[in-house]
Amino acid sequence: MSAVATPAVAKPNSVWQALRKNRMSWIGIGLLLLIVIAAVFAPLLAPFDPFQQNIAFRLEPPSAEFWLGTDSYGRDVLSRLIYGSRVSLLVGFVAILIAMCIGSALGILAGYVGGMVDQIIMGLVDVLLSFPTLLLGIMVAAMLGASLENLIVAIAITEIAPFIRVARAPTIALKQRDFVEAGRALGFGPIRLMGVHILPNMISDVVVLGSLWMASAIRTEASLSFVGLGVPPPIATWGSMIREGFEHILDAWWLTVFPSLAILITVLALNLLGDALRDAIDPKLRSERA
Amino acid sequence: MIRYAIKRLLMAIPTLLAMLTAVFILVRLVPGDPAAVMLGDQASAEALDALRKQLGLDLPMHLQYLNFLRDMLSGNFGASMATGRTVLHEVSLVLPWTLQLTGASILIGIVFGLPLGIWAALRRNAWPDYLGRILSLVGLSFPAFVSAILMLLVFSIELQWFPVIGSTGARTWTQQLHNLALPAFNLGLIMTAYVMRVTRASMLGVMGEDYIRTARAKGVRPMRLILRHGLRNALIPIVTVVGLYFGTLIGNSVLTEIVFNRPGLGKLILGALNSRDYTLLQGLMVVFASCVIVVNLITDLVYGLVDPRVKYK
Repeated sequence: MSAVATPAVAKPNSVWQALRKNRMSWIGIGLLLLIVIAAVFAPLLAPFDPFQQNIAFRLEPPSAEFWLGTDSYGRDVLSRLIYGSRVSLLVGFVAILIAMCIGSALGILAGYVGGMVDQIIMGLVDVLLSFPTLLLGIMVAAMLGASLENLIVAIAITEIAPFIRVARAPTIALKQRDFVEAGRALGFGPIRLMGVHILPNMISDVVVLGSLWMASAIRTEASLSFVGLGVPPPIATWGSMIREGFEHILDAWWLTVFPSLAILITVLALNLLGDALRDAIDPKLRSERA
Repeated sequence: MIRYAIKRLLMAIPTLLAMLTAVFILVRLVPGDPAAVMLGDQASAEALDALRKQLGLDLPMHLQYLNFLRDMLSGNFGASMATGRTVLHEVSLVLPWTLQLTGASILIGIVFGLPLGIWAALRRNAWPDYLGRILSLVGLSFPAFVSAILMLLVFSIELQWFPVIGSTGARTWTQQLHNLALPAFNLGLIMTAYVMRVTRASMLGVMGEDYIRTARAKGVRPMRLILRHGLRNALIPIVTVVGLYFGTLIGNSVLTEIVFNRPGLGKLILGALNSRDYTLLQGLMVVFASCVIVVNLITDLVYGLVDPRVKYK
């Protein structure tokens, strides 16, 4: 009586196998691991206290003692960079998690219920997509005020639309499948059908999209911090470090270059991984490669 | 085609209304009294009352909403709190600068991105393809302000090829071009990466089609095969995707303008943020979201125009 749910889009196993073959994804995973380790073990890795100001060592260029130099308050750039990875990763991760949960719930609802509900939700997608991402983020963050929570909310809002789309399309296909039909015949309610029978069959797609869009979330975080809508000081994020360093761009290049490289490497690593994952779950591309 | 155009036009209306509603709600999300936020902590009670009246905040919510819709739909996007100029006037003052920059970057993107994308697609899984894919991924990974800062450091500060700040002083067009070069190159690189990626994917799809094989079997020359049979068909999705990129392009040009200290939308938005000019921000949101809606509309119409295979009911 139990309906065997064959995954509609991708089997996790084949995704994993395709990933293993893709050398570019290994570079991405390796870089990401390094960054996550830096974030988790920040207190052990950072040579100095990231908040410790020392006027005697203002704007020191990179040296044996301060590997990446010091900023205008005499704080160690390397230590701030390592601690900054915590905030940047956290903001990106939580924002995407929120967007993923709300987006896929709305997408499944739109696909499953159809009709008016579908039209309203897809209308919402059109509206969200009609705002230039950065402007929407700036607007939400400016309206809510600068804080960690508001920054996360602002970024999550800018990233919801693609998740709605990705969850909706397979739902429409899945709801006509026999095992969903069977569940309906057994008298399961719509919530159970959507949550237990449809959601697990598309979750891998949604998660893959999540890793792809986390790159975008981290970029948006950096951009919002750069225009001054990020986490308030003295907490360091890569974007706010660039913002502070930009004032000294003529005499202290290390203040902007190192956080810039940190952002670039993180986003590139996520993109490498995301690209490989997208190739792996897209059956059309997979058959082409074989 | 005309029926499709009309239908597509009508479909944009609910999106426009919903967008306006979203902006209305967003602006009302400001914690506390918007008037107090705008005027700061020191404002007197009379000043607050006056501003509330001026903004219509003393009216019940549904009337505020109707007033807002009426104003926006009649093209009255409000005025800047700081300068008193209307939003459209403010935009028109800086728009030429931004258009110059985005136009140049689109040109760079097409000139470099299209051929590189075609080349990568034709040399699939060979070194041009791998190199191209890695470079375009790197290009797409840069937040626009990060690449801008790195370029500023290398080409303006270290090598001193280009001016560090300001481009308002330029008199002759060669000077203007000189000032424009670095910001345009920065945006253009991202654009190139994007166009190249999309072109590669689209060309790969088209070059696998049966009619390409048929044409090749017929003995069509390679150049003609690639351009007439391949690229012409591949262009349709490219146009669509590049049209969808418009919103991101605005965001990137805002960041680029801030870094290079160019007049334009970026400085307008930054100024509005710093002076808490919420009416200007609200107006800018509406203006640019409307632009995106219109660009999407045009992209869709162009799609219908150039692709005879698409039949609209």
